[in-house]
Amino acid sequence: MTVAVVTGMGVVAPTGLGTRQHWARTMRGEAAIGRITAFDPQRYSSTLAGEISGFVPTDHLTKRLLPQTDRMTQLSLVAADWALRDAAVEVASLPEFGMGVVTAGSAGGFEFGHRELDKLWRKGPEHVSAYQSFAWFYAVNTGQISIREGLRGPSGVLVTEQAGGLDAIAQARRRVRDGTAAMVCGAVDGSPCPWGWVAHLAGGRISTSEDPLRAYLPFDVDAAGYVPGDGGALFVLEAEEAARDRGATSWHGEIAGYAATFDPPPDSDRPSTLRRAIELALADANIAADEIDVVFADGSGLPDLDRVEADALRAVFGPYGVPVTVPKTMTGRLGAGGAALDLATALLTMRHGEIPPTVNVSRPVPEYELDLVTEPRPTVASAVLVVARGYGGFNAAMVVTRRKSAG
Amino acid sequence: MSELRLTDLVTILRECAGEDETSNLDGDILDAEFGELGYDSIAMLETASRIQIRYGVVLSDEEVAEATSPRVLLHLVNRSLAETA
Repeated sequence: MTVAVVTGMGVVAPTGLGTRQHWARTMRGEAAIGRITAFDPQRYSSTLAGEISGFVPTDHLTKRLLPQTDRMTQLSLVAADWALRDAAVEVASLPEFGMGVVTAGSAGGFEFGHRELDKLWRKGPEHVSAYQSFAWFYAVNTGQISIREGLRGPSGVLVTEQAGGLDAIAQARRRVRDGTAAMVCGAVDGSPCPWGWVAHLAGGRISTSEDPLRAYLPFDVDAAGYVPGDGGALFVLEAEEAARDRGATSWHGEIAGYAATFDPPPDSDRPSTLRRAIELALADANIAADEIDVVFADGSGLPDLDRVEADALRAVFGPYGVPVTVPKTMTGRLGAGGAALDLATALLTMRHGEIPPTVNVSRPVPEYELDLVTEPRPTVASAVLVVARGYGGFNAAMVVTRRKSAG
Repeated sequence: MSELRLTDLVTILRECAGEDETSNLDGDILDAEFGELGYDSIAMLETASRIQIRYGVVLSDEEVAEATSPRVLLHLVNRSLAETA
């Protein structure tokens, strides 16, 4: 089976623009959750988010792109660019259809859509931008990256909320296994605007706390919802052989295992299938549970969902059987971008030999029996599991390894 | 407004579709192809929509597609303006 390796990554997160800044801030445990600045949140029941600050689109993109893109797409284009540069892939030297794009999104360009709907309502249809025809769309990041970077190979978009960040990378792995030399994949998600915000609030899972230190506390006895955020990460995924052929000698890691499952309906008596997703991902990686060095948990921050995840982790790894961390306590949940960012952080954990902390969680629920990493912890990590759960019942689990797996 | 001039059109083009760093809208572009200037069909629909809002001239999608250069587009718009004046 073709081995798929991550040769490049680009991070755009509340914790930092660029991999280096994100990692440094994450290891310092500096949370980026605060009162919303993108709009006045006063009228809403929740006022906190993990926002990206200091992003100036004109520093990175041509003026031509700005009128036709949502902020999420602008961030995506920059992340894709950074990932390609990190991988040092020369797209022009590949066959015409040698490289494609798969991204995930949960809402599309909401902020752009909000602005245009506002024009429609206040001024009339002739005032709506022609670019609204695609700028809001789930697939817009894939499309714009494809056009800008000249990636004409197999491409697509996945819409499975938080799980999408992993699902997109898995889809890219399939394309690589089908013979596509390289793929850009991952997710940058979330557009803070009033319309997107009321959609979040309607889901009923957002924390109403106004204290940034107490709002998002996954696995804590005081868990009472989550804080949304924007950002994510994009990667370059290549067949190991193709990477070697073009002269690459090092990479961030290998996508060794993956599985996705779907939960039964909430009113069903049947249990969540999350445990099965984790077990199938381990089996796909041909790795035993005790070979996993750290787990990046989904950490929904809702007691019911936290319990399901803790039960699954305990069932697979045993009580306190593996270090578990939720660095997204520093960024909030970024939709599909959250799982992609977790994957980036997991790869950095293997490189630097340090597990980033779960911040603000001071009283983990004892019966979960999780070895929750609340301070940076040195470790030799060769295999990391990333778990992601998307609103609506999507479960995804991915194993990344440092070395080429056997077999 | 009685007439759409090239400078007005350039302002509109910049507003609705940005400016490509490689193309120079300040030059003699009357007979340049919009495609060469970097304006695709959606950018032209957006341009037509702004012209409609500001000058009250409604161009059909076919007319927009036929207006491949600033000269043709200005002619179409100004002819319409003259007819309604």
